Amino acid sequence: MRAFIRNHEFWLAVVVVLMIGATAFRSPGFASPEKLAGIFNDSSMLIILALGQMVVILTRSIDLSMASNLALSGMIVALINAAYPEIPVPALMLLATFCGLCLGAFNGTMIWWIGIPSIVVTLGTLTIYRGFIFLIAGGKWVNADRFSEEFVQYTRYEFLGLPALSWYAIIIVIGFFILMTRTSLGRSIYAVGVNPSAALYTGINIGRTQFVAFCISGALSGFCGYLWVSRYVIGSVEVAKGYELTIVAACVIGGISIAGGVGTVAGAVLGALFLGVMSNALPVIGVSPFWQMAISGAAIILAVIINASSQQKSKRLILKQENAAS
Amino acid sequence: MSVPQIKLSKITKTFPGVRALSEVDLALYPGQVTALIGENGAGKSTLVKTMTGIYQPDGGEIFVAGKAVNLQSPHAAFQLGITAIHQETVLFDELTVAENIFLGHSPKTRFNLIDWVEMNSRARALLDDIGASHIATDVRLKDVSIANKHLVAVARALSIEADVVIMDEPTAALSYKEIEDLFTLVEKLKSDGKAILFISHKFDEIYRLADRYTVFRDGEMVGEGLLADTPQNEIVEMMVGRSVEQIFPSRTLDIGEPILTVQNFSHPTEFADISFDLHKGEILGFYGLVGAGRSEVMQALFGMTHGTSGVITSQGKTISPKSPAEAIQSGIVYLPEERGKQGVILDLPIFQNISLPSLSTTSRNGFLRMAKEFELARTYATRLDLRAASLDQHAGTLSGGNQQKVVIAKWLAIQPNIIILDEPTKGIDIGSKAAVHAFMGELVEQGLSVIMVSSEIPEVLGMSDRVVVMREGRMASVFNNDDTLTAETLIRCAAGIEEQAA
Repeated sequence: MRAFIRNHEFWLAVVVVLMIGATAFRSPGFASPEKLAGIFNDSSMLIILALGQMVVILTRSIDLSMASNLALSGMIVALINAAYPEIPVPALMLLATFCGLCLGAFNGTMIWWIGIPSIVVTLGTLTIYRGFIFLIAGGKWVNADRFSEEFVQYTRYEFLGLPALSWYAIIIVIGFFILMTRTSLGRSIYAVGVNPSAALYTGINIGRTQFVAFCISGALSGFCGYLWVSRYVIGSVEVAKGYELTIVAACVIGGISIAGGVGTVAGAVLGALFLGVMSNALPVIGVSPFWQMAISGAAIILAVIINASSQQKSKRLILKQENAAS
Repeated sequence: MSVPQIKLSKITKTFPGVRALSEVDLALYPGQVTALIGENGAGKSTLVKTMTGIYQPDGGEIFVAGKAVNLQSPHAAFQLGITAIHQETVLFDELTVAENIFLGHSPKTRFNLIDWVEMNSRARALLDDIGASHIATDVRLKDVSIANKHLVAVARALSIEADVVIMDEPTAALSYKEIEDLFTLVEKLKSDGKAILFISHKFDEIYRLADRYTVFRDGEMVGEGLLADTPQNEIVEMMVGRSVEQIFPSRTLDIGEPILTVQNFSHPTEFADISFDLHKGEILGFYGLVGAGRSEVMQALFGMTHGTSGVITSQGKTISPKSPAEAIQSGIVYLPEERGKQGVILDLPIFQNISLPSLSTTSRNGFLRMAKEFELARTYATRLDLRAASLDQHAGTLSGGNQQKVVIAKWLAIQPNIIILDEPTKGIDIGSKAAVHAFMGELVEQGLSVIMVSSEIPEVLGMSDRVVVMREGRMASVFNNDDTLTAETLIRCAAGIEEQAA
């Protein structure tokens, strides 16, 4: 129980609830089930993307190309839908995911085979992937009237009161929970991040693990490409521009250590919810968008400070125990 | 005899579980070179760190020029004129030669900015003074050879007007010619009245340069005197001493056919012409000085190193492991020397550490089966008498000996044929040492083969069936460990003191 109270995810959950409570105090109705479901739906894509980024960060890397990957994959399916509306939407969802997977695999290959640091590779592909959107769309937008009805509805169908978009996020969260805690891949990802040298001596291929992580983040970016275009009913070069930093912010707020190896699915989800709740709550209580940016910035720094200090404490504790044992 | 420039009196330093220095004395006199001699792990490095303010002693006193001092930090030691030149010089590759010489005490202009003109000219003068006029002051240190880096380090020592210069194996990485130049320099420092501590494993160097000697063994000072009065044999005996009472498991030799054959195993820069057989049920010891290339050979066998040549045959099949995963597939596992960094993952629970290489067998279609993992971990933890409150606790909470057991358990769990142990008992307490030794005995009885890299002579003599001695990246000799093999023979062979018949 004490370990539970010390844990980052617990306090983050408390903060998120307090934010909802405080906003509801100022603006009754904010905490109504419909409104909360709406906030969750708004945060769904960020949750999915944060999980992809989490896997990459856990292996001591970073994927800055996620938002560009999303925009490119989204544009591809948007153009296909506009040209061939008869192709079923699930096929397009798979195609977007596959496009994202390929783009992620390209990042991963550069990092694994050529050994370029991930921040450099993905900074490059961040621009390259967005540049491709210009090439394939000729700089034009795909407007709302060119999408098929079905294409737009696949994020909106309701089931048990929640839109499909929310359900996609829920399914992916469950899938990730299993992946990270119940599969050997998840175990390897943590081992590589927490101590690459020991992982190497244990026979784990570090480069391949990072490659797989980039494939995962790429596939999720691609899938979110469809979700984004469908939800906002627009395909353009500007889609999700700058969003890669929001994704990283959600991870950091969620307690995922930039140094790798430390972080949980719950943390990533809560980090994304924190940002989602904040961007919904602040306009309600009449705070300007400038303050939103300042507050999310402050939250990032605070989260890092809290994490750093709690990790230091646990290290000292270990030393004492070792002294006592010897 | 004049007053010692620096005198250490009854210095004691303990680390959790290990007494690194036990009431040692050392005195360095101006204008003399004192050689510090001892086996690996005798406490030489700890002493150097104590003298340069990196470690604080737990007991004893240090006197500089007759006055008691407290070396609280490297900076305090530096201000008292104590400087060390390390085996791998600790300087800054991205800074220029002059900056390296004057880092921390560079000449300043009126505006308290670095006076580059003054700094370069003073650096020039210092380098010229030690006969290093060929080194430019404005090149970056990374473009300077190792020998010249040593000269820069010496110039730095002179720039702070150090009275005590500690040289920790300065010749280890130098060529013959460069060593000669370094010796000329040491002679010059000596004639300038510096007190010099010279640490080396090479007896010819020691006899050539040093006036006095001090011998350490197991953290204790066991002898000192003038080298001119002391023959080599006496010093070797002091180094070895009567071995500490350690009981090694006795076992009946039951050595089978060769299981691993290595022929002409070579690497472009690290080792050459390594050829040996490992038999079923055998413990093959690898002895040598630090830096003799033993770990490098083992890491190459384990697939960590690329660009090796030679033929490795395991159980009749030629193998060439290109990654640890491939080596593990061929039944070869490796316990690295840096237990905390490369062996256990301190932030993962014990059971996850143990099951990590076995995940393919404990999981089904990529999905973990926790119950199986726990069962596996429990089986091997029990066999190794691993003491932990719960297998769920983080490996970092265990003592060094128990951490080592975690690493051994993780490898046994994959049921290997060959287990390579690199310094398996380094830095662990006596009780755990005995447990590791007993376990090695059990392993070979069960038909495994063990390669044990060790720098501890009692361990090498107590455990090995045969001993390979390596020197400077090559095999110096192979000995059968019968009653005639002595510690002296091993040390002589490893240090290259005399020609030994192989």
